Amino acid sequence: MTLLAFDWILLLEKLILIAIIVFASLGIALYTTFAERKVAAILQDRPGPNRAGPFGLFQPFADGLKLIMKEEIIPNTANKALFVLGPGLAMTAALMTCAVIPWSSSVELFGRKIDLQIADINIGILYIFGVVSMGVYGIMIGGWASNNKFSLMSALRGASQAISYELAMGLSLIAVLMVSGSLSLRTIVDQQMAAGSMWNIAYQPLGFIIFFVCAMAECNRTPFDLPEAENELNFGYHQEYSSMKLGFYLFSEYINMIMSSAVMASLFLGGFDIPFLDESTLAPNTAAILGLLALLTKIVFFVFVFMWIRWTIPRFRYDQLMDLGWKSLIPLALFNMLITGAFILWRQG
Amino acid sequence: MSTIQILFFFLSTLAIFSSIMVLVSKNPVHSVLWLIAVFFAISGHYILLNAQFLAIVNLIVYAGAIMVLFLFVIMLMNLNAATEPRKNWWMKLTGVVSGGCFLMVLVSLVRQATEITGKNVLMKTGDIGLIKNLGKALFSDFVVPFEISSVLFLSAMVGAVVIGKKD
Repeated sequence: MTLLAFDWILLLEKLILIAIIVFASLGIALYTTFAERKVAAILQDRPGPNRAGPFGLFQPFADGLKLIMKEEIIPNTANKALFVLGPGLAMTAALMTCAVIPWSSSVELFGRKIDLQIADINIGILYIFGVVSMGVYGIMIGGWASNNKFSLMSALRGASQAISYELAMGLSLIAVLMVSGSLSLRTIVDQQMAAGSMWNIAYQPLGFIIFFVCAMAECNRTPFDLPEAENELNFGYHQEYSSMKLGFYLFSEYINMIMSSAVMASLFLGGFDIPFLDESTLAPNTAAILGLLALLTKIVFFVFVFMWIRWTIPRFRYDQLMDLGWKSLIPLALFNMLITGAFILWRQG
Repeated sequence: MSTIQILFFFLSTLAIFSSIMVLVSKNPVHSVLWLIAVFFAISGHYILLNAQFLAIVNLIVYAGAIMVLFLFVIMLMNLNAATEPRKNWWMKLTGVVSGGCFLMVLVSLVRQATEITGKNVLMKTGDIGLIKNLGKALFSDFVVPFEISSVLFLSAMVGAVVIGKKD
């Protein structure tokens, strides 16, 4: 079926895939909020939410319902259009990353080979980098439009923190690119899956640590949650927000966490690769489902580490945060880049 | 009309409308946000030309980094429509006249340029904007200008640090 020289079945296939991935991300994020509270409870030796449903499993729905039912307040002095735009931008930027992540190999349905990836573009990593740099606008616009000094202060903090850590993140990515020689995430995952090759974390341990720290800073997670430092800034950039607009801001943080875990798993831990198993011996559909489960396991692991760190380490002071970004991570990332380049040259002879 | 033509007209309309809104908006923050919309439209054009690398770099550098700094400065200075100084009517008139002259020069340049008359745009077929070809061109044919421009950036950075360091 071609109209306007365009494959409409492909469009339908991609739309269904997008819907599934976006709703799945939202669902996982919903339960990540629950997991966060449970992990915090375990680390602090208390039961945590256990009233709604068995083991408190319906708690996220109760939280969501509470947020939706609350009164929607837009301050009188706020800039109305931008006040509404802020949370929307934060959410969009958080969800856009999922377009280039290879969720698994391809499945065969109705005689069509469907790649479990929305778009395999040849600039995949740069796309992620671009989306990350767009994420700042949600915080900045929301904080400014609230017309509140505390919101503005924390919005500026959040933006400068994000810009500072983006640099080190980009530099550690360059080292990964030098190893893989491709910007497409699927190619990078395929290279790690190929027989006889190891995961990128084996070639880039330092790059992985730098990327991990920067991802934590980009997600505004403790110990880098300076934009939300309650004891200095009341509540942070979303102070004036209420109801589901606040929910969007809080929720986008969890989606960011999941997406950065997925990116880290794809770049450094082999994506949907199952260790010590040759996927090509399995039927394609089985391999795809097992691969998806493997990727989800890696994501859950990373999300748990994020939470573990949040409830273990206290918050940085602002100057310490900037020192870590500019004086430690960026020189380390440059050093890592030099070492990688020298090593590649030496291998080539 | 093919899909590419529809996309081209949509992106062009978006770009022109947003750039007019940059000028018309009273609030400087709105102007910056409309300018970001212009960059998005231009990146869309790059993608139509199969220059994906240029498209994403345009977004990362201009929309992602430079515009954030613009927004930073405007938010810190707390510029509002009321604080903007009112200009005299003859200042506005001279502005219109000089802007019109510049537009005329540009239009006549584009009309007479022999390099672009009678040439087609490489839609979907051109490949110089892909990262591999662009990298090869930059580091082999244009390596000297490339390095010189990096020295220029370095001097700008040093200058910014010198100006920022008041003691």
